[in-house]
Amino acid sequence: MRVSFTVNGRPQEADDVWEGESLLYVLRERLGLPGAKNACEQGECGSCTVRLDGVPVCSCLVAAGQVEGREVVTVEGLAEYAKQRSCGTGARGTSLDEAKQWAAKGQDSHTGEGTELSPVQQAFIDAGAVQCGFCTPGLLVAADEMLERNPNPTDADIREALSGNLCRCTGYEKIMDAVRLAAARQGEAV
Amino acid sequence: MDFLRPASWQEALAAKAEHPTAVPIAGGTDVMVEINFDHRRPEYLLDLNRVADLYDWEVGEESVRLGASVPYSAIMEHLRAELPGLALASHTVASPQIRNRGGVGGNLGTASPAGDAHPALLAAGAEVEVESVRGSRLIPIDAFYTGVKRNALAADELIRAVHIKKADGPQQYSKVGTRNAMVIAVCAFGLALHPSSRTVRTGIGSAAPTPVRAKTAEEFLNAALEEGGFWDNGKIITPSVAKQFADLCAAACNPIDDVRGTASYRRHAVGVMARRTLTWTWQSYRGTDGTAHQKGSVA
Repeated sequence: MRVSFTVNGRPQEADDVWEGESLLYVLRERLGLPGAKNACEQGECGSCTVRLDGVPVCSCLVAAGQVEGREVVTVEGLAEYAKQRSCGTGARGTSLDEAKQWAAKGQDSHTGEGTELSPVQQAFIDAGAVQCGFCTPGLLVAADEMLERNPNPTDADIREALSGNLCRCTGYEKIMDAVRLAAARQGEAV
Repeated sequence: MDFLRPASWQEALAAKAEHPTAVPIAGGTDVMVEINFDHRRPEYLLDLNRVADLYDWEVGEESVRLGASVPYSAIMEHLRAELPGLALASHTVASPQIRNRGGVGGNLGTASPAGDAHPALLAAGAEVEVESVRGSRLIPIDAFYTGVKRNALAADELIRAVHIKKADGPQQYSKVGTRNAMVIAVCAFGLALHPSSRTVRTGIGSAAPTPVRAKTAEEFLNAALEEGGFWDNGKIITPSVAKQFADLCAAACNPIDDVRGTASYRRHAVGVMARRTLTWTWQSYRGTDGTAHQKGSVA
């Protein structure tokens, strides 16, 4: 079957989707967006977390057909999503003027050097919250959504918001630091 | 596999009538796990995400009509006053991501003895509204669970909503697991005080082939509270009464040994949870926890 939906502000179509396929599979294998990670396939680990109509969900537990006509944001779109949020405009994607002025800026696709980051992504780097990095995309999406909802989270709020995301490297302390840092910077910016 | 995508409740009922083997999928938090792991290859998936009615709830005079797909996160946020036991149970479900998708309809459809909502529904008192093209009926929650992962639904029926009695007294919910998030209950216990009828109701999860009430324990406690005039004098419940109640709750279990725990541990833990939830709710009823109970307030 064909599934049409919006991913990171852009309309996308996936063809020959198997009826029992997950949103995660469609994103990774059909749309070339490998940011959301495939680990447990049973909603235990949170590494496939994306936003579906604004709400954080495990994309491995959403049937592809269920996203028809709906909006998905993945970690690949997080920087743009955060930017639009801070600008307060609903529109996403690239405007005609921006497209005309586009020039290659020397981004390194391997190291991500030069890529624009969302505040929460920058905070994860600055706080040293990334080790192997496998859980990071899911944590970023979950943490970003919490900071949108709750700009001044307590430690308990952060722990609860991230309770569905497993990390086997960091012991979570640096992740807590990163989210506190992102919240503090968000507070300064206002 | 076929993916059926009804746009309305009537279309969903028609699809289920035409394809009785179709597996309904709403939050997908059970169904997709089975498909991902190749444990299940249904001929038809019946997607209910586009049936908007299922995401609504109505707060009535006596009860709340909770749409089958209302996610646990919405119950926690909006129905804590009316359904305190279910709101507490919802909060113990898995993780925020799962609570954003899963709802009580799925818990009832799966009818696992470990479903987190069941003890709260049993304790509060509820009826399941099911419908097919043949018509609609209300199944009392006590008659809904018929076996391990079996329920009273006919092949052409879908769960439309659950009618749950609004709290008329304090309610509590307790669950045993190895951590707070992402655990299937080793066992769980729900308790509701119903001062208007001077009764206590219970619900036990994961300690019998189906979710069950501890009816003998309820009858004992109802009689003991009546006899001692406890509902009127608001005295603290005697330890011997609490102990007897706990023992009878443990005796109502029919658990198995499995990877999550042994049968004897489950019996023991249910007794402990019964005593604790009784103590907590009774403190709240008496007002000794600093928050004298008012109709509809949180336990």
